[in-house]
Amino acid sequence: MLWRDPVKSNRWIDVMVGGFVLLGLAALLFLALKAANLGSFSSGPAYEARARFDNIGGLKVRAPVKSAGVVVGRVASIGFDDKTYQAVVSLSLDERYRFPKDSTVKILTSGLLGEQYLGIEAGVEDKMIGAGETIAMTQSAVVLENLISQFLYSKAADGGKKE
Amino acid sequence: MTTWLASLGAWTIGAVALLGHAARFFLRLCAALPAACLRPRLIVDQLHFIGNRSLSIIGVSGLFVGFVLGLQGYYTLQRYGSAEALGLLVALSLVRELGPVVAALLFAGRAGTSLTAEVGLMKAGEQLAAMEMMAVDPVARILAPRFIAALIAMPLLAAMFSAIGILGGWAVGVGLIGVDAGAFWSQMQAGVDVFKDVGNGVIKSAVFGVICGFIALYVGHESQPTPEGVARATTTTVVASSLAVLGFDFILTALMFGAT
Repeated sequence: MLWRDPVKSNRWIDVMVGGFVLLGLAALLFLALKAANLGSFSSGPAYEARARFDNIGGLKVRAPVKSAGVVVGRVASIGFDDKTYQAVVSLSLDERYRFPKDSTVKILTSGLLGEQYLGIEAGVEDKMIGAGETIAMTQSAVVLENLISQFLYSKAADGGKKE
Repeated sequence: MTTWLASLGAWTIGAVALLGHAARFFLRLCAALPAACLRPRLIVDQLHFIGNRSLSIIGVSGLFVGFVLGLQGYYTLQRYGSAEALGLLVALSLVRELGPVVAALLFAGRAGTSLTAEVGLMKAGEQLAAMEMMAVDPVARILAPRFIAALIAMPLLAAMFSAIGILGGWAVGVGLIGVDAGAFWSQMQAGVDVFKDVGNGVIKSAVFGVICGFIALYVGHESQPTPEGVARATTTTVVASSLAVLGFDFILTALMFGAT
């Protein structure tokens, strides 16, 4: 390697190494943009709104907020209010989308056992939800165990009537 | 009984001495890094030697690992009716674990051995001693540029491995099996976090670059200056780097993803 023409070989090696580094950075960019969708929603201007739920089930921070199936925001944080014993969820909503004040926020599940997300059902009022305001109408998560126990109790009650 | 105790003691003292010696060598190497950064020419040459020449093996392995992940992942996922999550499975396993680890293992075999043999033969040919005679620090002139090149090349190679693997998984999953392409990408994008998954993968591979580069250079530098010595050193490099990479991978995974 030492006895090559130094000028020519240096230039060639520079080109090769430049290509190598560029390829590596392109791979990183591919991973960040295509595999992990950096910036497709996280960096846009957003406003915060709050909602209170009796039970949030398995909702997690960064879960999508959807309206009509379109992602319009993310769950920014989840807290607990020990005065009302309710969960306080703050939503980071895209600045472009505004919702009427009487909109309903529901905790929904994608598929039977899938991830939980928030669904916003738009209301009819003219006033829109502003930054930092609380959405009044909410619907808690459906907890499968409660459903099953309700079903079993009602079955047992039915059985008791027949006998 | 005493001989048994004596051998245990000797082994312990030897292990501690080796650890201390390696740590001192590591500090010496780190102290020489600024001096090496003043000569980017040497680093670029080593990047070409370490990085470019490893491209083909990294690319081909990544592609086939992606193929196999696509096939096997589909086989398992379709039993539970969630074949759409194939993209997520392929991307997460590549970005978090397989990319950094397999790339590091290949790197140890492809580049680590050649570094060890090169440095070992330089030592056997008394080139390192000759440099010292001329008041040129061989650590700064020979070892540090190689170390920096390994540190730069490893994350790039791991990222390429992951990216090519994902494309391989996509080719098999979407092209061959017929998983819905939109679901493949959207599930992947919904489940892979830039900082938590991709970023930690990059950190991991940088750590592996330090490990592989350091072990290769240390073992080469400390090899016996004989043909057998260099041969043994090359073997030691592969074995020690692979074990260190796997061990550190567990520790790093536990630190990064264990709490969540």
